[in-house]
Amino acid sequence: MNHWIIAPVILPALLAPFIVLAARYHLGIQRVFSIAGIVALIAIAGGLAWQVSDGSVISYRLGDWAGPFGIVIVGDRLSTLMVLLTSVLALFVLLYAIGSGWDDRGRHFHALFQFQLMGILGAFLTGDLFNLFVFFEVLLIASYGLMIHAGGNARLRAGVQYVLFNLIGSTLFLFALGAIYAETGTLNMADLSERVALIDPSETVGIRLAAVLLLLVFAIKAALVPLHFWLPSSYAEAPAPVAALFAIMTKVGAYSIIRVYTMVFPPEVDVTSGLHDTWLLPFALVSVVVGMVGVLAARKLDRLVAFSVVGSMGMVVTAIALFSPIGIAAALYYIVHSTLAAAVLFMVSDLVRTGRGNVDLTPQPPMAGTHLTAGMFFVGAIAMTGLPPLSGFLGKLLVLDAAYDNTLMTWVWAVVLISSLISIVGFARAGSVVFWISHSIEPSEPRSAEVRQPSALAYSAVGGLFALLVAHTVFAGSVHAYTTKMAAQLFAPQAYISAVLDSPGKLSEPKEEN
Amino acid sequence: MEFLVASAIGLMTAAGIYLVLRLRTFPVILGISLLTYAVNVFLFTSGRLVIGAPPVLRDDVSNYADPLPQALVLTAIVISFGMTAVAVMIGLGAFLGSDDDHIDDQAEASSSAGQP
Repeated sequence: MNHWIIAPVILPALLAPFIVLAARYHLGIQRVFSIAGIVALIAIAGGLAWQVSDGSVISYRLGDWAGPFGIVIVGDRLSTLMVLLTSVLALFVLLYAIGSGWDDRGRHFHALFQFQLMGILGAFLTGDLFNLFVFFEVLLIASYGLMIHAGGNARLRAGVQYVLFNLIGSTLFLFALGAIYAETGTLNMADLSERVALIDPSETVGIRLAAVLLLLVFAIKAALVPLHFWLPSSYAEAPAPVAALFAIMTKVGAYSIIRVYTMVFPPEVDVTSGLHDTWLLPFALVSVVVGMVGVLAARKLDRLVAFSVVGSMGMVVTAIALFSPIGIAAALYYIVHSTLAAAVLFMVSDLVRTGRGNVDLTPQPPMAGTHLTAGMFFVGAIAMTGLPPLSGFLGKLLVLDAAYDNTLMTWVWAVVLISSLISIVGFARAGSVVFWISHSIEPSEPRSAEVRQPSALAYSAVGGLFALLVAHTVFAGSVHAYTTKMAAQLFAPQAYISAVLDSPGKLSEPKEEN
Repeated sequence: MEFLVASAIGLMTAAGIYLVLRLRTFPVILGISLLTYAVNVFLFTSGRLVIGAPPVLRDDVSNYADPLPQALVLTAIVISFGMTAVAVMIGLGAFLGSDDDHIDDQAEASSSAGQP
């Protein structure tokens, strides 16, 4: 059995208590261990992604109990790609947190960061719905701590909203799990996909209810309208590096939708037909509109970025909701892009805050480091709104292409294109107010002491993410070819199912009486 | 017995949802606690209600209780207990900081003068 697949969960789980217990008062040591851990994670994730790139599926049985009775960790193309994306994003987020000094403004930043990674990576790797719940809770409880890192009244208030909304989401998740267990008698995803297909078409009330409840839970995580209300204020008030890391958390919801609704409740299964395959697409389109109109209406830069995250999640779910291999392939390409672009914009918004003390969209005298920050905002906005030449343009093109055969094609095209225009206007207005008009305003008073030039490390962390965005654009052909293979694997889950269920692990045999 | 358990779950859920919609920290936390009680009983019954049957398979037993929901409920209880404690602490912090226990967004003053 290949033990490396459990390492992305074990490594942060061991590192976090070590940081709390042994390096509690030494920020330097915490930083070194945190960075070293994430570099090791990237190496492990890259190795795993390389190992499954031929289409094989790694199944890891904890305690060697045979599936579906034991707990399984499963790595296929999709989960290893998400693990790799998370660890690479985490490295740059951590560099930014160190460069901007955010990790010094409260205690236990690095330990919470590692626990957060453990939860996210575990959610991507688990092959069991109940463990998905457990890892959701791990990532949530760490995110509660990170969200209110460095304190402050506004942040605590936003934190209360965030915590309560997610607690209700967790309760809903448990209701969904109970309903699924009552109907099928299992929570292992591979086992579920076989048993759901066997359900009698005349008794589908319970399983349909469970499918909708589960979709609601994932829609809360993915901030789909009308369940997005927790996102704008909590992402805007969270510390910038934390908000940048949270860019991957909405993708956990998108990942779960892809995983569960292509394997357990695929659109061709009759018992759940007419639910998510019909209703997800309209709500995703409404999310795109709400997000992009929010971009236009925002009066602060951080809220503007938060609403653009809602819009880009709507775009991701639009592509997923087509439930076709080409749609999922486009969604996966766009997930990588929008994670990087959202992280870049949250960091740039924090650079503005560092340079002038606030992020209001009002004309003010030039900030410290205005040229570099303005350039970075410009590139980030191009990426997020989907203008050429960056990967946002290619991603939206793939989504439009995937929707070409759909019955709602006119709606998808109209909503995506018009909302892109609205978001371009929103970002252009914000950029000109914050960066251009400022040069015509004379500074009336000397700058306050809080305002300073952002550090070089902070800039280079953002620059590193830009390099990734450019690479995602330049190698778009090979990335899209890979996501297409990934989607093909998702729509032919036999390899996944047999890797989990036909495993030779131990079973508790009844002892022979002697 | 099924009727009693089902109506108990329904009652707790209804009361929990009502309290969750109150938009002040204390009732909402109470409501979430009620909802977690309801979901714990719901999870417990998802393995069907059986009285006096052993949870472990043996050769001479044909009627047995499903042990898996009981394990799931234990995990759920521990997690919801911890989460409620965290919610109480953060809610308390927000209340002490701003002297106000509303959950919804209040009209916020900008950090600089001169709104557009």
